[in-house]
Amino acid sequence: MAQNEIPRAPSRFARARNSDLYYSFTRTPVAIVSAAVVIVLVLAALLAPLIAPHNPFDPGTLNLMNGFTPPGEANAFTGDYFLLGTDDQGRDVFSTMLYGMRISLFVGFSAVMLAMVVGVVLGLLAGYLGGWVESTIMRIADIQLTFPAILVAMLIFGIAKGITPPAYRDQMAIWVLILAIGLSDWVQFARVVRGATLVEKNREYVQAARLVGRAKFSIMIRHILPNVLNPVLVIATISLALAIIAEATLSFLGVGAPPTRPSLGTLIRIGQEFMFSGEWWILLFPAGTLLALALSINLLGDWLRDALNPKLR
Amino acid sequence: MKITGFLAAALLSSTALGASAETIRWARAGDSLTLDPHAQNEGPTHALSHQIYEPLIIRDTTGAFEPALATDWAPSEEDPNVWVFNLRDGVTFHDGAEFTAEDVVFSFERAMSEESDMKELLNSITEIRAVDDHTVEFVTDGPNPILPSNMTNLFIMDKGWAEANDAVGVQDYEGGEQTFASTNANGTGPFVLQSREPDVRTVLTRNDDYWGTSDFPMDVSEIVYTPIQNAATRVAALLSGEVDFIQDVPVQDLGRVGETDGLAVKSTPQNRTIFFGLNLGADDLANDDVEGENPLANKKVRQAMNMAINRDAIKKVVMRDQSEPAGMIAPPFVNGWTEEMDNSVSTDVEQAKALMEEAGYGDGFSIQLDCPNDRYINDEAICQAAVGMLAQIGITVNLDAKPKAQHFPLISNEETDFFMLGWGVPTYDSEYVFNFLVHTKGDDRGSWNALGYSNPELDEKIQSLASETDLEVRDQTIADIWSVVQDDVLYIPVHHQVLNWGMTDAVGTEVDPEDSPKFKYFEMN
Amino acid sequence: MLAYIIRRVAQSLLVLLVTGFVAFSMFSFVGDPIDNMLGQERTQADIDRLRGQLGLDQPFVVQYYRFLEQAVQGNFGLSYRQGRPVSDILMERLPATLELAFVSGFLALAGGIGLGIFTAIRKRGVSANAIMTVSLIGVSLPTFLIGIVLIYVFSVEMGLLPSFGRGEVVRIGGWTTGFLTESGLKALILPAITLGLYQMTLIMRLVRTEMLEVLRMDYIRFARARGIRERSVNFRHALKNTLVPVITITGLQLGSIIAFAIITETVFQWPGVGLLFINAIQFVDIPVMAAYLMMISVMFVGINLIVDLLYFAIDPRLRVDRTAAGGH
Repeated sequence: MAQNEIPRAPSRFARARNSDLYYSFTRTPVAIVSAAVVIVLVLAALLAPLIAPHNPFDPGTLNLMNGFTPPGEANAFTGDYFLLGTDDQGRDVFSTMLYGMRISLFVGFSAVMLAMVVGVVLGLLAGYLGGWVESTIMRIADIQLTFPAILVAMLIFGIAKGITPPAYRDQMAIWVLILAIGLSDWVQFARVVRGATLVEKNREYVQAARLVGRAKFSIMIRHILPNVLNPVLVIATISLALAIIAEATLSFLGVGAPPTRPSLGTLIRIGQEFMFSGEWWILLFPAGTLLALALSINLLGDWLRDALNPKLR
Repeated sequence: MKITGFLAAALLSSTALGASAETIRWARAGDSLTLDPHAQNEGPTHALSHQIYEPLIIRDTTGAFEPALATDWAPSEEDPNVWVFNLRDGVTFHDGAEFTAEDVVFSFERAMSEESDMKELLNSITEIRAVDDHTVEFVTDGPNPILPSNMTNLFIMDKGWAEANDAVGVQDYEGGEQTFASTNANGTGPFVLQSREPDVRTVLTRNDDYWGTSDFPMDVSEIVYTPIQNAATRVAALLSGEVDFIQDVPVQDLGRVGETDGLAVKSTPQNRTIFFGLNLGADDLANDDVEGENPLANKKVRQAMNMAINRDAIKKVVMRDQSEPAGMIAPPFVNGWTEEMDNSVSTDVEQAKALMEEAGYGDGFSIQLDCPNDRYINDEAICQAAVGMLAQIGITVNLDAKPKAQHFPLISNEETDFFMLGWGVPTYDSEYVFNFLVHTKGDDRGSWNALGYSNPELDEKIQSLASETDLEVRDQTIADIWSVVQDDVLYIPVHHQVLNWGMTDAVGTEVDPEDSPKFKYFEMN
Repeated sequence: MLAYIIRRVAQSLLVLLVTGFVAFSMFSFVGDPIDNMLGQERTQADIDRLRGQLGLDQPFVVQYYRFLEQAVQGNFGLSYRQGRPVSDILMERLPATLELAFVSGFLALAGGIGLGIFTAIRKRGVSANAIMTVSLIGVSLPTFLIGIVLIYVFSVEMGLLPSFGRGEVVRIGGWTTGFLTESGLKALILPAITLGLYQMTLIMRLVRTEMLEVLRMDYIRFARARGIRERSVNFRHALKNTLVPVITITGLQLGSIIAFAIITETVFQWPGVGLLFINAIQFVDIPVMAAYLMMISVMFVGINLIVDLLYFAIDPRLRVDRTAAGGH
């Protein structure tokens, strides 16, 4: 990589990297398939209100008697028909899944964004400024690492639930989840960015920029940031899959999305209760979707890491 | 290296002489909280105590009284304030000590002490007298016709054993105290404690000196009790043959268990009713969208909500037929229950909408429902179903489901507008329901009344029940109180729970309506 | 040297103090133990009496101070749920968790290193790529679901392995072990797989990356050029240099295995500290929750501290940037 030269215009830099990536992408069938799966699923989630035959979040439209309708069969009481069957509340599994995936993706994306922004900013500051800023930030990271992510998330969930006025708890649950997962995840961003910053800040181009009298923050953002973005992108991709799974795990522990507005994870938690009783579709479809989504994102992350790190190819 | 109690017990029992050597492996969701029989008034705790200790009177599997340590009992002919109990002869405790009237006096006084969790059930008793070694008299502050029904979970300990082991006082459970009696047990019961690791495993073996060895089947020679919290794991353990008998079978798995070769499911109506409570006393609700007034204070709104709940659909889908739709908040076992009141509500969405219109809420309103998610059978799913049903009459319900540890404080602190609660009636009498759920909230009555409801006239009637000796008058008062509770729609009843036990074909028992298995009644084939 | 060690230990203590505060503050929000402890028949008077007795009517800071004061002396009080000293209960439950963590850690390490080497050496092979992809399935499903599916397949359908508990255990001094009985060993299999799967994938990927990194180093190329056999290059030279970071990361992962055991233990009713913690949350057993979190923190901070000091001992230059090296 051209790190020793005087920085080029970012657009060309980005374009060049993109074309490298694109080349690698076209030559990696796994990446193409994974990307296709992710795109289809994300589109399906975004367009849920258009695609889904029912709105599972509108309780007034539900008929409890439709509960447990098997896929492709008419309900014994109401005669209604559902493509992928219904769950224990008479919700159409297909629609609920689409809406649930919206929540899962929203929670996942937002949590990773939060973790990334917090982590990158703190990592840059720690790496570039050093001194007490660095030791404070890294000590906080240590404290954070002391608690496993799942415990941190439970902790934040507990506190946030306690200080939220009861009337808003239901709506807040999603935001609290984002906060909980996001804040339990920023440390690895910070550590990687700090490490990379420590390396970059001694390079000649940064020293040159400093000599010309550029401001600290300008150097951080314009010169160092673009050069530490590769590992950040890889971590972000893998974190996205992890965040979606973490949301599911939290819902098993009873601190996830509420059952009236279920995420994929909540659906799986509900579905596993019916695994022995033969209503396999309530578990299988959401679990399969979650697997497809997380696996594809993970595979993309894998490919991305290798592609951005040509040494390993 | 020391072999664990479990191994030792297994070795012992396999070589024991006797009619049969049948181990039963028993699992349920929770564990007993303590071995001290008076420290916690709680289902799983009593269930374990029932194997080791015995009360004077026990309820058999149909819920009827049966003599245990007392052979017979009756109000005294001279004094209406006295109950006379004749005790069983020739009973010994597990350590060999003889059972006498002294032990009964000691145990009741212990159960009435400050730290006891059982004292509320005995608060009418003023004195307990040992007339001779096998006769005891209970003196009450007024005639108390239902005293015996308060005694069926009141276990008798050996006075000498308690004194020798510094266990005279009840374990201060809430204060985190540990006593000899909370980790050891010496009763007269059909089983003897071998080893116990709380929340992990408890082993009991048959008491071959038990007084009732020839009166009951007593087929079980060893009990291995393991709490298994996760419902799927619990069912899996039964399906894979790792346990022989489970309580708390999830309703959706009853079919699977019943169809599996070698397994059976047995059911009985449970002594517990599930219902919704409404904060009708507040001037304004904390979590609704109506400013300046409380929609729930309007009786028409409450009637509309009552009519909107489709109990049959809940029974059919959520409970898979394992419930009995309810029209009143007491199960059929209870004195004061009538079929007419229990069938009094029917679903009628159109009429409910009309009532909402009449009440001035034709456009509906929004409200929050607080619901537990780990307490009653499918509690969260029932609440969710109610959300959909109330949406049909324009009421937008925000459901907040949470663990019981967070739910119940809302009720005790009156911080909820709309909540789910389940209520069992161990005394089988309506007075118990009124005392806790209808009477104005005060220091010793109305502690679960989170309705903000206060009706002095009704309070007076409720208080009169405690000392009314004329049963006919008393029953009439009970009926009067019920009619007010029903007319005012204080609560929205949902259903009476049905209990299900899953077991292998080898296990023969009926289901105990209090969900408390008594293994001396079990037959093993 | 001494100054560094003192500073590092002081920092660790500060971390523990903050951790304790955060942990303790959570308990104001998890619920109220009172209604669990008193039954259906409690009166308002009972509630007030008990609240005072437990000190729950005190301000939060006072409660935290009391807790710290006792905790420093190793006294975490008595469990609300069991009425026994929390430290006794933890000691009783710890062997179960440690054995489970040990077995799954071992599985993860053995499987992860083996598969990692294989996928690195055959980096373009079909089977290596298949392993890389399949291993991702293990981290693309929530742990609880994997556990329940394993129970369904191996216990319910096939009847091969137990679905819950530790089987029969043998007591040696204060330790209980499931290693010495057949049922104990069988009971370990499913939970260990459930818990170890995630870590195994992690280690496998780490080994692969490190291996690939090492394999392109000059000295490996020289070794190849000198005609040393491929097997010898791979295992004698490359693997040796790969293992140091792997062991370090694995050491740090041990703590998170113990933390993640919460979910596995709940699914398999494994009588360890994780299940104890979940029970404590449901029962709002504050002393147990606090003690568990403190124990986990001590464990993590301790491992961190040891790793730091070891690095320092090996190479003083590293001490400044150890945390940076711990990343990716």
